[in-house]
Amino acid sequence: MLRLPRFSYLRPGSAAEAAQLLAEHGSQARLVAGGTDLLPKMKRGQVEPEVLVGLGHLGELRQVRARDDGGFDVGAGVTLSEVGAHPQLRAAYRGYVRASALVSSPALRNAGTIGGNLCVDTRCNYYDMSYEWRQAVGFCMKKDGDICRVAPASATCRAIASSDTAPVAIALGASVVLVGPEGEREVPVASLYQDDGQFYLTKADDEVLVSLRLPKPDGWRSSYVKVRSRDSIDFPVVGVAAAMKMTGPVVEACRIVLTAVGPQPLDVSGAAEALLGRELDDAAVEEVALQAAKPARPLDNADLGYVWRKRMTRIAIEQAIWEARTTSSTTSSRPA
Amino acid sequence: MSAIVSSEVLRLSVNGHDRELLVKPYSTLLEVLREDLRLTGTKHGCEAGECGACMVLVDGIPKLSCLVLPAQVEGAEVTTIEGIGDGSDLHPVQQAFINRGAVQCGYCTPAMVLAAKALLDANPAPSREEIKEALAGNLCRCTGYVSIVEAVEEAGMALA
Amino acid sequence: MRAATTEPDRDPSPGGELRLVGKPLPRVDGVAKVKGATAYADDIELPGTLYCKFLRSHHPHARVLSVDTSAVSSITGVAAVLTGQDLPTKYGIMPTSEDERALESEKVRYVGDPVAAVAAVDEETALAACRAIRVEYEPLEAIESIEQALVPPVDEPIHDYGGPANIHRLAALEFGEVDDGFARADHIREDLFFFEGNTHLPMEQHSSIAVDVGDQLTLWSSTQTPHYVHRTLSRVLHLPMGHIRVVAAPHGGGFGGKTDPFSHEIVVCKLAMLTGHPVKCTLTREEVFYAHRGRHPVLMWVRTGVSSDGKILAMHFRTALDGGAYGSYGPASMLYTGALQTTTYDIPAYRFEGVRVFTNKAPCGPKRGHGTPQPRFALEVHLDKIAEEIGVDPVELRRRNYVKPYTRTVNWLRITSCGIEEVTDRVVEASGFTRRTRRPGHGMGFAVSSYMCGAGLPIYWNNMPHTECVIQVSRGGVTLSCGATEIGQGSDSVLATVAAEELGLWPNDIRLVTGDTGLAPVDLGSYSSRVTFMAGNAVRDAARRMREILTGVAAEKMGCSPAEIEVRDGKVGELAFEDAVVAAQERFGALSTHGSYTPPSNLGGSFKGAGVGPSPSYSYSAAVVDLDVDPRSGELHLNKVWLAHDIGRPINALAVKGQVEGGVYMGLGEAMMEAQAYRHGLHKQPSMLDYKSPTFLEMPEVETILVETIDPEGPYGAKEVGQGPLLPVIPAVASAVHDALGVWVDEVPVTPDKIMRALDAKAKGRDGRFGPKSFPDVPYPTMVKVAPPDAAATAL
Repeated sequence: MLRLPRFSYLRPGSAAEAAQLLAEHGSQARLVAGGTDLLPKMKRGQVEPEVLVGLGHLGELRQVRARDDGGFDVGAGVTLSEVGAHPQLRAAYRGYVRASALVSSPALRNAGTIGGNLCVDTRCNYYDMSYEWRQAVGFCMKKDGDICRVAPASATCRAIASSDTAPVAIALGASVVLVGPEGEREVPVASLYQDDGQFYLTKADDEVLVSLRLPKPDGWRSSYVKVRSRDSIDFPVVGVAAAMKMTGPVVEACRIVLTAVGPQPLDVSGAAEALLGRELDDAAVEEVALQAAKPARPLDNADLGYVWRKRMTRIAIEQAIWEARTTSSTTSSRPA
Repeated sequence: MSAIVSSEVLRLSVNGHDRELLVKPYSTLLEVLREDLRLTGTKHGCEAGECGACMVLVDGIPKLSCLVLPAQVEGAEVTTIEGIGDGSDLHPVQQAFINRGAVQCGYCTPAMVLAAKALLDANPAPSREEIKEALAGNLCRCTGYVSIVEAVEEAGMALA
Repeated sequence: MRAATTEPDRDPSPGGELRLVGKPLPRVDGVAKVKGATAYADDIELPGTLYCKFLRSHHPHARVLSVDTSAVSSITGVAAVLTGQDLPTKYGIMPTSEDERALESEKVRYVGDPVAAVAAVDEETALAACRAIRVEYEPLEAIESIEQALVPPVDEPIHDYGGPANIHRLAALEFGEVDDGFARADHIREDLFFFEGNTHLPMEQHSSIAVDVGDQLTLWSSTQTPHYVHRTLSRVLHLPMGHIRVVAAPHGGGFGGKTDPFSHEIVVCKLAMLTGHPVKCTLTREEVFYAHRGRHPVLMWVRTGVSSDGKILAMHFRTALDGGAYGSYGPASMLYTGALQTTTYDIPAYRFEGVRVFTNKAPCGPKRGHGTPQPRFALEVHLDKIAEEIGVDPVELRRRNYVKPYTRTVNWLRITSCGIEEVTDRVVEASGFTRRTRRPGHGMGFAVSSYMCGAGLPIYWNNMPHTECVIQVSRGGVTLSCGATEIGQGSDSVLATVAAEELGLWPNDIRLVTGDTGLAPVDLGSYSSRVTFMAGNAVRDAARRMREILTGVAAEKMGCSPAEIEVRDGKVGELAFEDAVVAAQERFGALSTHGSYTPPSNLGGSFKGAGVGPSPSYSYSAAVVDLDVDPRSGELHLNKVWLAHDIGRPINALAVKGQVEGGVYMGLGEAMMEAQAYRHGLHKQPSMLDYKSPTFLEMPEVETILVETIDPEGPYGAKEVGQGPLLPVIPAVASAVHDALGVWVDEVPVTPDKIMRALDAKAKGRDGRFGPKSFPDVPYPTMVKVAPPDAAATAL
């Protein structure tokens, strides 16, 4: 049986205390909420914390609150399943709820939290392996080694951003609240990530993500399209979030964010400017998708061929745009 | 840093019985059930959250016990396959699995039964699509799933 | 023990209706399994158990220069450490390829090859101890492909036998006048195919626990073949078989993956002998991928000549198998890639050339369909292409070439009952295949196949029965003992049903002792779809002998003739079954009867290689796959699969349906996504996340159609179902993709990226195909020319 290495489990009384514990234990400590990302990696020796700071018992992180400005604050400890079952969130943030419902499998969504998914580790099939396997192929810079196995010439780790919910949160213009030893700050989700698979989060190691602040829907409609081998269990090999605001049939604003095509979610909304002020049609959407897919850099470190994943980026963007346009949450996308 | 503690007390309810156990804080609920309590009806196929075989119900909600720490089930009610059914009487889900031939090697069966029970507790008349969605994290290599879907449908009707 | 007085009746369905056979009865082990009460090997815990972990090679190919275990002794909790020096005797499932050691001390041949093992008080300690062992390696060139294995190695061959280069085995056989057939052909077509390797992925990780007390070594293991493990333990541990007992623990899925004797089975026995404690080893999921013995990657070339009306005149089939690091069942696997082409089609002249090579990958072996899914994929797609080329409907082309019942094939295989026409009719009718409506991206594919009902010969040469059983009856009940191994397929239920049918009882009245080499007589194991056919016959004979004893006694009591005694519903004539037993015991003392089964000796030819392919009967399957494929992404959506299977007669209709659905599922997984792929000499996906096994959401509706042909030699007319239904599914998927998009993916799995590459090629005006482009030069030996059976032998 694959077992966990030894560690101490600490139960802080609050998020602020959790941040204090992180500061105290430094690089030896990790936060754990649902555990669905961290624990398998610990069993495979990819991370070796001596201290786990538990968050699951903190009621303050388990609330969904409607704000006076019409937006919602979702506690970082709310599970992905709870998001999917929340009537107001379902009504207001379709793409975000859809992305939550596409994470892994039902049982992992019952344990996995929305904070955990925003912070989910980057993935690479040279890295998400046992100690013995990595020893055999040679260790990589993300753990125990000094080069990137999939892109040996790269100065930084090219592990893949694998959060399904992050691109939708970015497309919606959401932010997160971080609590550190020095206090609390709010940062846009868009600035939570950086182009480095090893140090993929910009937050300080002693900061605790306590909530996701979803802005007032304000006419924004969102969608999320996930590409993978199987319709359950699997991480995205391409993910596309789209958010759109329309006046009648005319596009007023459009944001597109990609995931799983590089070490961080990619905001490619610039390519969508061609859609503004006009009605959607096949040719325009195809052209936008072609441009928006250009920055995608899939490599041979995930399932399915990288050439195919690049091609699918374009197709998934088109699909996400059409799905964001539709008003009904059940009917599909494209005009007949 | 402080030395790692190799045992601590865990209080929880397992299949309706309150238990007070001395466990390793760095073990998982899977190990506590199988090795400390000898409840070997809970299986394991990967111990990494990928196959679903170790599923148990924590406060009625399906969780993969290979990824649950003891501290996360303090005070919880855990239900394993040994807690399903009433004495020698099978739960309708169990009976339907037998009737429909939804059991072959039987290794994924305890988890499948628990996943199906949790689904039917929440949604007594699920559609075929809802059944597949609810059980989609539980892998089976024998049945092709066809008879399992039929069994859950039959159990739903029996419970109605 | 009482010997039988008469040969029992071999009529498949002697007078009177069958009460149990053919009914959809619940499994005899169902209640225990739904309650989680079944104790699989890893669930068995004995007092004082120690736990074993392995140190494995992290080099694909290297000489072992030294193994230093000195650091281990200082670790608290370690009981024993083993290296290759402790288990030097080689073994292997095939007598011709005994090339494995439980722990390698000279060289390692794949990443995962076991080098040392530790027994300790817990797994954590054993693992830490393994990591403290220092091994010095001298890396050697790693052989990673078939092509590389065929050229002289830079350093040295992987093994010191076989050759040239890294060739394990070669075969070249010709039946009939092949050149003449091609010369007479109106159309000749050649095609190349590749079938990527894949693995069984049983839900249960292999596990073994051994205890050695009082000159009796006992091993409980998740094995499909306790008898072969028994033989191997005797050989490697140098103990008489009489001092070893191997018990096949309840089994969490086999599919062929637990059919070899494994290193961990030997090592826990040795450690139990050394320490005096029970020792358990349960592989991790990653280690299961290294244990493997799964589907061989096979490169194939086929050339067929047909007449203008589509009659096959000659076929030449070449295969090259990537065997991985050890022999395993490889010599048989290789011959199977050429053996069963002729059991579906009447090929009057047939040439087969095969090669299996060693590479530095986890060893390949038998997986469901053993060696036949790969050529079946190639053959069926090849026939589709011929049909298209000569303008004949693909179903009609096949019909024109179907084998006939009660004939002998050109390679001497004896065909008896044969439902190939019926399975075709039924599946085509049910699916509407020939009248399908067209819509963009929608396709349907059709294919047929056949499979053996048990291999005609045992794996090691002997003249003993392939299966034996004993039925004991006393006031304590009915006990059936048979070495046959329940691996989830339902063999215990089949045997109990057969015994109960004959004794007028219910299946759960029969106490079963199976898969136990200490308590039950020998059965060769659960492989080659042999249990229902062979053990079913043996149990029926034993039960009929017991019935004769009981009816004889009852007839005396009732003053009538035994023929007038009805045995049913727990009664023997007017006597309750228990009273009949008492009467018989008063008369004869202890009551037991036996049964055994030996296949007829006339099933195949007498040429070298003729041992692979013969079977007392063949099952037949036909599939239609209905799918949609997105022409922009290549993503497949399966709508439905129809599968018609010639079962002979079902013993348990529910279990048969389950085997069909499971076979269809496994075939779809192989067709669409499963692959045991390597990169830099390493397994690329050794986890259940990365190795793609279909979930509920990928599985379409399956319509199972059973065709009964009442086999003359199967028990009650029954034939196999465990393996056959997988076979036609894979080519039917490729065919349906072609039907939908007009391109061929000549490589399994048929993934979206391959479909798109075929579409890209077509869009650029090239051949709309993705697949291998060449077949390597293989130093095949001189062709062995075998005269086909003469006309008298052909029509049986």
